[in-house]
Amino acid sequence: MIKQFSLAAVSIALTATSSLAATNISWWHGMAGRNGEVINEVAQKFNASQTACALTPVSKGTYEEALASGIAAFRSGEQPNILQVFDAGAATIINAKGAVVPAEDLIKEAGYEFDRNSFIEGVRYFYADSDGKFVGMPFNSSAPIMYINDEALKKAGVAAPKTWEEFEAAAPKLKEAGFIPLVQSQLTWQFTENFFSRNNIQFATNNNGYDSVADTQLKVTDPNLVMMFDKLKSWADQGYFAYYGAGWNDNQKPFEENKVALWIGSSGSFGGLQKTAQMPFSADFLPYWGSISGAGTNSFIGGAALFAMAGKPAEENKCVADFFQFLTSPEIQKFYHQATGYVAITTAAYELTKSEGYYDKTPVAEVGIKQLMLPAGEWSKGYRLGFYPQIREIMEREYGRIFSGETSVKDAFDTIEREGNELLARFAKTAG
Amino acid sequence: MKRVQFSSPLLPYLFLAPQLAVIVIFFYWPSVRAIQSSFYLEDPFGFGSTFVGLDNYIGTLLNPEYLAIARFTAIFTALVTFFSLALGLLLAVKADAVIRGNATYKTLLISVYAIAPPVAGLIGMMFFDQHIGPFVKIAAFFGWEMKVGLSYFDTAFAMIVVAVWKQIPYNFIFFLSGLQGLPASVREAAAIDCRSSVKRFWTVIFPLLAPTAFFLLIINVTYALFDTFGVIDVMVKDKAANNPITLVYKVYMDGFRGNDIGGSSAQSVILMIVVFVLTVLQFRFIERRIHYT
Repeated sequence: MIKQFSLAAVSIALTATSSLAATNISWWHGMAGRNGEVINEVAQKFNASQTACALTPVSKGTYEEALASGIAAFRSGEQPNILQVFDAGAATIINAKGAVVPAEDLIKEAGYEFDRNSFIEGVRYFYADSDGKFVGMPFNSSAPIMYINDEALKKAGVAAPKTWEEFEAAAPKLKEAGFIPLVQSQLTWQFTENFFSRNNIQFATNNNGYDSVADTQLKVTDPNLVMMFDKLKSWADQGYFAYYGAGWNDNQKPFEENKVALWIGSSGSFGGLQKTAQMPFSADFLPYWGSISGAGTNSFIGGAALFAMAGKPAEENKCVADFFQFLTSPEIQKFYHQATGYVAITTAAYELTKSEGYYDKTPVAEVGIKQLMLPAGEWSKGYRLGFYPQIREIMEREYGRIFSGETSVKDAFDTIEREGNELLARFAKTAG
Repeated sequence: MKRVQFSSPLLPYLFLAPQLAVIVIFFYWPSVRAIQSSFYLEDPFGFGSTFVGLDNYIGTLLNPEYLAIARFTAIFTALVTFFSLALGLLLAVKADAVIRGNATYKTLLISVYAIAPPVAGLIGMMFFDQHIGPFVKIAAFFGWEMKVGLSYFDTAFAMIVVAVWKQIPYNFIFFLSGLQGLPASVREAAAIDCRSSVKRFWTVIFPLLAPTAFFLLIINVTYALFDTFGVIDVMVKDKAANNPITLVYKVYMDGFRGNDIGGSSAQSVILMIVVFVLTVLQFRFIERRIHYT
């Protein structure tokens, strides 16, 4: 045993010395478990593919912890070359002018072509500035989709709903068949942010926050969103919808246990679900309201992007650009897509995966990417809101109060809008 | 005892230096920085910081949510301190009276102390899990539909139970050694004078234990205010939502998750003042009534 360890240590030391001549770059990320291992595999593949650069990935815990570590490191001049930042933290890093080198500039400076249109529709705008220039390089990307308990639907004799109207019609039959008709795992991401994208409704002023931080205000008292939550609350009261708190897994579990007919999860959930679900399942798009005109657009991208931190020597930036090129190559995208369940972000990678028949074997894997490839609407490109992690916390708090009966839907959204706008105004001051 | 004399007047300071350095670097320096940043509004990456005077404090203290969290923290601290002290004392008195196999009882009671707070939180979370938790099943048997994570009251109940459970062994150790340190002659004399063991406990033994109890009071208040962080973090599963949290957790949420450095600094300064006032009050009003032997 000890021998094996020392052998491993020697081999690590050897690889380290052999890469001494190369330029070292670091990558801080917020992924753990299997997804963290896959990141190590991607880095190994990159290091094996060339000799000029040596990439070292470091796990910093969760998304929030990775961002906090990155910020602390930047303030003391010890920032990594690449920092992974999640969707809700995008405004924090993008609005800090001078903290990052926009990915598009970095890649062009390294002498590569950069074609925005090679990325799929839903990925193209979220981490870009208002002119469409890529600031962050989209990395692990997911979409909220609906998982379907096939047995439950068969038993109840209903088809999977495309719209919430269809769900309303099917819910009594699903309940009668002995199933909880609907659960979800993240009301903020699935029923707020992506309610706006799927139904093509404005989320915040100033072009969803893209144009300016000054005077950006939330529009969460939108009557359609209030209607969605009024419906959810009344479905919960009638036994058509169950809410188990803000924890993701507490809500996923009853679906795995075959107690639930429909679960709104992430396109990245299916890998784990294949192991845990006690029944056959399939998936479809996140439903929208047929009654809202223009609804049915693509959803915002979820997940995280990679940011090239500023203040690094040119040869290291060149290596980061090389890595971004490597990462977006169809082969690596296909590998990452299949190893993690996150969607492929370029059309070429999608076509490659499709041509190899992967989606014939695992059709669920295609749902997320297809949803992101739906035509975009005016309001389905993304949002850029400062202090957004805190705004999400306010939403989580108020949503919990709605379903525990402590507040009304109307009051909850008034509170979210008021407190959210205060945070946005505060953020505008810090960025101004 | 022989008095130790230092040959040089600087030598004692040299010996003190490592300890002082630790305090300065890990306590005073961050405190000064926290006070400083509490007067500024800063972007997370440190590019722009604007002096805003007391705005961060006013914003914090006028926020009804913050006040609700402060109220919960006060209740939580009072309940956790009371129950962990009371149960620790009760168990210590009972264990002290056991003659046969007392080592086994003591070891079993103390062993819980070896569990790290996040692990305690994790175990507690399992016990109170909505789907598999045995406590939830017991509560359901009595007609209480527990929804830890969704219902404010149920989560608060679960948090207090886990926080108390975690702290009992610590108090138990101190109370037990306190009890064993009491002179047997005093106990025997008391036993001759008074037959009621309850009365003997409150009139003789408890006053003699008062120094231990006072020390534990301060330690337990600090525990409930700060060291329960791990328990809370695990029990709310990273998503506080409408669940109760304490002031320290709020500082963490705003500072480390929300990247609002000015606001969370103001909150930690407020917390520092609260602890300072509490400690002064304890020493002024409670310690006076205690007689050290």
